[in-house]
Amino acid sequence: MSESTMMSQIKRTFSLLNQRACSRSSSSFFTDSDSAGLVLQSHSTDVYQNLALEDWIDANVELQGRGILLLWRNRPAVVIGRHQNPWTECNLPVMRRAGIPLARRRSGGGTVFHDLGNLNLTFFTSKKAYDRQRNLKVVTDTLRRLRPGLDVQATDRFDILLNGRYKISGTASRLSRKSSYHHCTLLHSADRSALSSVLRPSCPGIQSNATPSVPSPVANLLDHAPSLQWEELLGALVQQYNTEFGLHSALTVIDPTNESMFPGVGEMEMELRSWDWTFGKTPKFTMETQLELTNEQPPARCSARLQMEVKNGQIESCHLDVPVEWVPVRLSSELSSVLIGERFCPHRAAAAFSALLRSESGATHTRLHRLCDAMLTVMG
Amino acid sequence: MAAVTRGSLGAFRRLLLSQQSRRSFQLQSFRCDRTLQPITFRCDRKLQVFSCRRLHVAVVNQGPIVQFKLSDIGEGIMEVTVKEWYVKEGDKVSQFDSICEVQSDKASVTITSRYDGVIKKLYYDVDATAFVGKPLVDIETESGSEVIQEEDVVETPAMAQEEHTHQEIKGHKTQATPAVRRLAIENNIKLSEVVGTGKDGRILKEDILNFLAKQTGAILPPTPFQEIQTPPPAPAAAPAAAKPVSTKAAVKPPPATPKPVFTGKDVTEPLKGFQKAMVKTMTVALKIPHFGYCDEVDLSRLVALRSELKPLAESRGVRLSYMPFFIKAASLGLHHFPILNASVDEDCQNITYKASHNIGLAMDTSQGLLVPNVKNVQLLSVLEIALELNRLQVLGASGQLGTADLMGGTFTLSNIGSIGGTYAKPVILPPEVAIGALGKIQVSRGQTEHTAQTDSGAAEVRRCWSGGPSSHHEGQLVSGSPHYRRRHHVSLLQPVEGVPREPGQHGAGPQINSFPISPGEGGTPR
Repeated sequence: MSESTMMSQIKRTFSLLNQRACSRSSSSFFTDSDSAGLVLQSHSTDVYQNLALEDWIDANVELQGRGILLLWRNRPAVVIGRHQNPWTECNLPVMRRAGIPLARRRSGGGTVFHDLGNLNLTFFTSKKAYDRQRNLKVVTDTLRRLRPGLDVQATDRFDILLNGRYKISGTASRLSRKSSYHHCTLLHSADRSALSSVLRPSCPGIQSNATPSVPSPVANLLDHAPSLQWEELLGALVQQYNTEFGLHSALTVIDPTNESMFPGVGEMEMELRSWDWTFGKTPKFTMETQLELTNEQPPARCSARLQMEVKNGQIESCHLDVPVEWVPVRLSSELSSVLIGERFCPHRAAAAFSALLRSESGATHTRLHRLCDAMLTVMG
Repeated sequence: MAAVTRGSLGAFRRLLLSQQSRRSFQLQSFRCDRTLQPITFRCDRKLQVFSCRRLHVAVVNQGPIVQFKLSDIGEGIMEVTVKEWYVKEGDKVSQFDSICEVQSDKASVTITSRYDGVIKKLYYDVDATAFVGKPLVDIETESGSEVIQEEDVVETPAMAQEEHTHQEIKGHKTQATPAVRRLAIENNIKLSEVVGTGKDGRILKEDILNFLAKQTGAILPPTPFQEIQTPPPAPAAAPAAAKPVSTKAAVKPPPATPKPVFTGKDVTEPLKGFQKAMVKTMTVALKIPHFGYCDEVDLSRLVALRSELKPLAESRGVRLSYMPFFIKAASLGLHHFPILNASVDEDCQNITYKASHNIGLAMDTSQGLLVPNVKNVQLLSVLEIALELNRLQVLGASGQLGTADLMGGTFTLSNIGSIGGTYAKPVILPPEVAIGALGKIQVSRGQTEHTAQTDSGAAEVRRCWSGGPSSHHEGQLVSGSPHYRRRHHVSLLQPVEGVPREPGQHGAGPQINSFPISPGEGGTPR
C-alpha cells in the first residue's frame, strides 16, 4: 500500500487507541484482533526523540488488553537509568570531545551505550500484563529459531547471556499508574571499544546511593553468528512477538517527531534534553578528593583537599583545604563560596573562576589559576 | 502573616524576639516556658508560620486522615527502595498526582495518589526500603470526599507538580512550530526565554535567530544563516503541523494561563557562580578611573564589502557578521597604540605591553555576560577570525565555554548594537585597560550624497571607547599626548572605514593589512 495510505491508517489506529481521553467504551472496535497489538519501528536515531516517543506511548495509549512492541536504535549515546549518577557512570569529558550525548531515561536499571549496532526493544503492556520473562522469551526464542546452535539464556536478573557468560541484552522497565513498559537492548554489532572508553567514571571520590551499574563482559551477536543480518533479526523478532502474543501485526515505521500523530511529543523531548532532567535528577552525593598542585616558576608542589555535597545536581556545600603558602585562605574560600548554589558543572565553574581570576595578578594569579584548573578537572 | 502578628500577636512576637536573643529559641523550650501560658495558641511545627497555619486550618474543614498504603507492584515484589519524593508534608495533592518514585529490580515505579487532600506524613526517607501493603504516606482528605473509583484518565508520565517543563516555568505555554522548536533545541535555547513576535506571542524562526544574535553580540544578516533540515512530514500532517502544540491542555497538569500570574511576593535568592564572582570583578573594575570617548563612523563601505564577502565565507562554512571586521580593525589599531593592549600590576609599579592581541567579545549568555576572546588576532585574517568567533558563539550558546576561552583577554569589544543600543558606556574588565562598545549600524538621514552610492544609504556605527589605567597613578599614561592622540581613535576606526573593496588574493578576505594608517592624520570620521 502507498505510504500515505499506511500513514493515515496508522494515524487512525493511534487516534482510536488514544481512547483514554474518551469516557465512552469502544469495545466493539477493540475486539478486532488486529488492534490488540502494534509493532512499530522508529524512523529516528536520535536518543531523545526515541525516549520521548516511549514516554508518549506510555502516557497516551490505552494498553488494557493490548500490547505494543517498539523497535528502535540510536546514534552513539550513553543512556543512564532514572536514579543513576552520570558522573560515576560515564566519562563526560570524553563524551563531550566525541560528541556523544547523555540521556537519562525514565526506567530504572543501569547505564548502557547505544549505537547503531545496538537494537532496543520496548514492550508496552498494561500493568496487569507486565511480564518481563515472557518478553525476554520472545528474544531468546527468536535467536534459537534463527540459529539453533546458539546458547542464549535469560537470567533471573533479566539479562540475556550468550554462552553462559557474555551479556548481549540488559533490561529496564517503568511502571506508571495504569501502564508499563519493559525495554531491553540487544547487542548485534555495537562498537565495543567506544563502549569501554565511555563507560568509566568522570570524577574520582564520589559517594552516593545512586543505583550503581553492574559491569559485565559483553559480546556482539554478529561475532558469534556472522551471517545474522540486522534486517533478518528484526523480521524474526516481529514474527516471534506475534506468535507469542497471538497477534498479526505488520511492522510499521513511524516518525517520533510527528506532532500531529503524537501531540505533545516535542515537549517531552525538550524535557528529556534539559539539564534539570539529565543532571538535576541525580540523587544526592558527596565528592571527596585530593588535588595535586604544581608550579614551574618558582617550582612548587602541594596537595589540597576538596569536598563537595551535591543535591539535585547543584553544589550545596564546598570545602577547600589549601595550604596557605599556595594561596591565602581568603582566596580559596572565595573559590568555594562562589560555587555554592551553582550547578556541579565545569563550565559554570569555569565562568565563575575566570571572573574571580581577573582580580588577581602576578604569582598569586598563576597559583590560583592552577588551583582552579585542578578543581575543574575533577568536576567532569 | 504581618497583618496577624501586628495586632493581637504583638506580645507574642516580643516574647519570640526575646527568646531568640537568649538563644533558647527551641520549640521544646517554648513549650516548657510558663510565662507563655496566657497565650492561647497551640504550638505547631514551625514557629514562624504557625500563626498563619492555625488560621488557615480554621478555615478548612478537616477530613479523615487516610493511611495510603503501598499497593501491589506486580511480579510478586514485596519491597522497593524509595528513590525520590515528589511531595513533602503539608503539600496539597490531587488524585493521580505523583507522590514518589520507587525502584525495584531495575523497574522504576511512579506511585500516584488515590485521594485529594494534604500530605500529613511521609513514612520513609529517600533510599529507605518500603514494603508493599504497609503505609507509605498519610493523607488528610477533604471532609465529605470519598475515595473515587479509578477512571480511565490520561496521565502524563512522572510529571509531578514540581517538574515543570521549560514552557510552564513562566506560567504560560509557549507556542512554536516543530521546526522552530528544533532550531531552539539545536542551539540549546529555552523557548521560555525567547520573546515571540508572532500571533498570540508565537515564537517564530526570526525570534530564535534574534535571540541567538543577542547572545553572541553579532549583528546577524536579515536572512537566516542556517538551513534547517526537518524530516519530510507525512502528507496529512503538513497543515496540522502549524497547529499549536498545547492540544494536550485537556490533560491533568495545571491549565495554561495567558500571562504570568502576579503573586505579589518578593523573591529572594542568593547570588551564585558567575554572577557572584562578577560582583567582585565589577567592584575592582569600577575603581579604575574611566575615560570615555564616543564617535560616529561611516560604514557604508564596510556594509558593501561584507555583503560581497558573505557568499565566499558561506561557501567555506563560515557565518560572516560585522564583528570579525571590527575585531581585526581593533587589532590593527592596537599595533599603533600598544598601550591600549597593556596591563598594570597590582601596585601599579610595572606596565606590561601584551604581545598577543587576544580580543574579547562580550556575549550575553544564560549565565550572564561572558567574555570569551579570540587569541592572537594579529595573526589571523578576517575569515579566520569569523571561524573562531563561530566556534565561541556555539560554545557560548550551549554554556560550554572553558577557562582557556574565557581567560587571557587583552582587549575587549562589546556590541551594544545587537540589542538595539546606539551608545553605551562600557566598563573596563581588569586586567585590561581599554574596552570598546559598538552601537548599532543604522542608516543616517541627510546623507544624500552617499545614498546614491549604496542601496541602503550611508550606514554608520557609533562607537564608544573607554580607556583607563587600573589606578589613579596611571593617569599619566593616558593624559598628555597619548591622551590627545586618543582623538585619533578615528585611526582605530579608519581600518574599518577604509576597507578596500577587492577581496584578498589568498581568498582569505580583504587585504586590510595593506591599508595605510598614519597616527598623525586624524581626519574626520564621516
